[in-house]
Amino acid sequence: MSDFDPRAATAGVATQPAQRRKVDVRADAPWVRRTIIGLTVGFLCLFVVLPLINVFAQAFSKGIAVYLAALQDAETLAAVRLTLIVAFASVLSNGFFGLMAAWAIAKFEFPGKNILITLIDLPFSVSPVIAGLVFVLLFGLQGLLGSWLAVHDIEIVFALPGIMLATIFVTFPFIVRELVPLMQEQGTEEEEAALSLGASGLRTFIRVTLPNVKWALLYGVLLCNARAMGEFGAVSVVSGHIRGETNTLPLHIETLYEGYQAAAAFAVASLLALLALVTLIAKSALETRTAKE
Amino acid sequence: MRISILNVTKRFGGFTALDQVKLDIRSGELIALLGPSGSGKTTLLRIVAGFEWPDDGEVQFDGENALSHSVGERHVGFVFQHYALFRHMTVFENIAFGLRARPRKYRLGEQEIRKRVEKLLDLVQLGWLAERYPQQLSGGQRQRVALARALAIEPRVLLLDEPFGSLDAKVRKELRRWLRMLHTEIHVTSIFVTHDQEEALEVADRVVVMDKGRIEQVGTPQQVYDHPHSPAVHEFVGESIIVPVTVEAGDVRFGDESLGLDPQGISNGAALLFARPHDLTIVPSTGDHRLKGIVRRIHGIGPARRVEVALGSANAETLIEVDALRAQQFRVGQLVGLRADQYRLFPAPKAGTPT
Amino acid sequence: MRVAATIARRRSVIPGFGMTLGMSLLWLSLIVLIPLAALFLKTAELSFSQFVDIISSRRVLHALQLSFGLSLAAAAVNLVFGTLVVWALVRYRFPGRRVFDAIVDIPFALPTAVAGIALTNLYAESGWLGSLLVPFGIKVAFTPLGIFVALVFIGLPFVVRTVQPVLEDLEKELEEAAASLGATRWTIVRRVILPSITPALMTGFALALARAVGEYGSVIFIAGNLPNVSEIAPLLIVIKLQEFRYADATAIAAVMLLASFLLLFLINTLQRWSEARTGKRA
Repeated sequence: MSDFDPRAATAGVATQPAQRRKVDVRADAPWVRRTIIGLTVGFLCLFVVLPLINVFAQAFSKGIAVYLAALQDAETLAAVRLTLIVAFASVLSNGFFGLMAAWAIAKFEFPGKNILITLIDLPFSVSPVIAGLVFVLLFGLQGLLGSWLAVHDIEIVFALPGIMLATIFVTFPFIVRELVPLMQEQGTEEEEAALSLGASGLRTFIRVTLPNVKWALLYGVLLCNARAMGEFGAVSVVSGHIRGETNTLPLHIETLYEGYQAAAAFAVASLLALLALVTLIAKSALETRTAKE
Repeated sequence: MRISILNVTKRFGGFTALDQVKLDIRSGELIALLGPSGSGKTTLLRIVAGFEWPDDGEVQFDGENALSHSVGERHVGFVFQHYALFRHMTVFENIAFGLRARPRKYRLGEQEIRKRVEKLLDLVQLGWLAERYPQQLSGGQRQRVALARALAIEPRVLLLDEPFGSLDAKVRKELRRWLRMLHTEIHVTSIFVTHDQEEALEVADRVVVMDKGRIEQVGTPQQVYDHPHSPAVHEFVGESIIVPVTVEAGDVRFGDESLGLDPQGISNGAALLFARPHDLTIVPSTGDHRLKGIVRRIHGIGPARRVEVALGSANAETLIEVDALRAQQFRVGQLVGLRADQYRLFPAPKAGTPT
Repeated sequence: MRVAATIARRRSVIPGFGMTLGMSLLWLSLIVLIPLAALFLKTAELSFSQFVDIISSRRVLHALQLSFGLSLAAAAVNLVFGTLVVWALVRYRFPGRRVFDAIVDIPFALPTAVAGIALTNLYAESGWLGSLLVPFGIKVAFTPLGIFVALVFIGLPFVVRTVQPVLEDLEKELEEAAASLGATRWTIVRRVILPSITPALMTGFALALARAVGEYGSVIFIAGNLPNVSEIAPLLIVIKLQEFRYADATAIAAVMLLASFLLLFLINTLQRWSEARTGKRA
């Protein structure tokens, strides 16, 4: 507790106005402030900013021509195509079922709801490698359904379907998690009002519920997409790394890097880094938007 | 449209919200469901609307079973306590919603819809707010929009769930008056739920007093106020003075004194005397059959004074509040008598029975 | 009166319960539950002694110890520095604060492979940071130290983002009351603020830990991947798969999955604790 006495400080200085020291009881001492801010900035710069800058630095280290060539390479383009297809499938399927799950969870009470929510969160806590592993155990040659699939000449593992399944697994909770808290907060009154005015269930969902959650939905889609495009571990296990065929962008980066084509690897990596930055910018834009509503 | 509620029972888990409720609502009347929280009034309203289903009993609209229809099919106009306006639609779009939601076959053209909505906006005097969003409106304005939205579908019955509950006192009074005027103009059967007895008495044609899932009394505001049938009604509607008395051989006694009052047909035993604060008059104590007590406190409320009088002996006191004119003078500690101009006697509840 | 058939029994006036719940459960089963069940079925094919043999082999034990040990260390670092970071972001104003706030999310949004090669390149002996450390004899890339750095990177946002809302919503009246009662600044921090954010801190720690244990992409480039030295458990699973030793892979995965479930349970409990303490969901 400060024993600063304002009157003592101004004693004998009658001509000056009485001193008033503003003490904010919630403020820290200046040296504490400076140290903590310094450590924060240092830590973040060292661990986050530097690696990020490095991506772009290495990408352009051999000049723009090499950079562009890497991006226009046939295998890179194939990887881009594959990544886009997989991300699209993930967003679409998890968006559709995510809306359904959010509706069931937010608008109704039923026993076991908490268990359902925990189960939906499972993919978050599972290592991506295990996510890939389970599909190999299910559909791989030695897997549970392996022989049946071989007989019918269906390829899941080491092919597009496997990659899609693994990616959908990993991105499963993203959209539901964004929707549920918001829908729970909004309650069921607007839906009840719409029903009392004669609207059908579907119309109520489309005209009343969806517009109310559109920003949360968009945000969930963005996160789902970012993760789907960037997923590495799960897809790595399931894809077989066949260049030009089952390499998504992250796998293609690995192939290039291990093949000592570092600059090309970083060039492709810079694409994904840009995607991450765009996602973050969109995220803050959406957050300021929802804060205003 | 006539509404008949026949022996409706509703339970939530172990709790009985409605117990064999029976009510007939006449076509075109404005009826209030009045009661404390937990009385079942909102549950009953929601059952009529179709948001809940009874465990037992029937609800009929004009003699036809309403329970086999969903809320949308029943064509009711429901106004929620917290408005439930569609937050991403303008006022105009909110009101037009019900008209646009009809299946193509029955839908009116956009021109016609626009005309109707504008008429309704005029009715609720909010035409100038048509393009605003609900967040930009005051509470009172939002409630009027909610009402217009419900009226747009030309409902057979208007159901209002504590419509003015979230508004402050002044706005409440204005909207109350306005609702009454609106009803006189439109004449659609209306049921509104409230816990505010002043509101119910001021607005409704008839009042249904409910308590603990049962209907205690149905009558005009006058009937319910002046001639309450039960202690619950007496207590809930208007203020009550309650004095514990005994009925003995055709006489009403308080403590040892005979009060010289008519027992009103109550059988011998413990009873409760109910009166309104303005039904008891303080008179100078003269010592004959009368309620006597000592003045404990006097406080002025408006044109009348409130006098707290302690009846009975020191160790079994009953404290009551009586209205007295400003002109009358009393002192704290003064012994006064009380004359009962109007009162009601009810048998005292048995020990262990909740009142 | 008649009970009957004229009364439509419905669960709720809002439609679509059966369909939405049914479809959700179907999707959940197809994508998550059945595949995970496959893991348990495969594990069940092993006898208990076989399982123990696999797990207790030197290489597997080392990989598990490495993964869990380094994850704990990284999560601990993130706990300490994360607290400093969230304190600075919430309580102080400084130029670039908003930018740094957004920067915290980068490890979460950046694909793991990108992070992996960026970190490797940075800490390799020829890299910007690696070259600075060479004179001190410190090797980061291709050693467990590199794994540690990568795990700190990817766990960074968890403590910050979990604690941030709780710290932001802390009633300032609490601190003012404590100050008016004569508490020093340090006492206020220790006795008033820290206890309020401790559940959120623990939750963030657990989340960072859970993420680090299973991390693959950010780590395998910078780790040396030498068996018994710098080989993490997820990598070992992949290697076993490539060698078609499904049983081994399954056993290791089962252990990791069990740890994940325990952590998930812990996190849920911590989140509920935090909610009870402050009324805020951590």
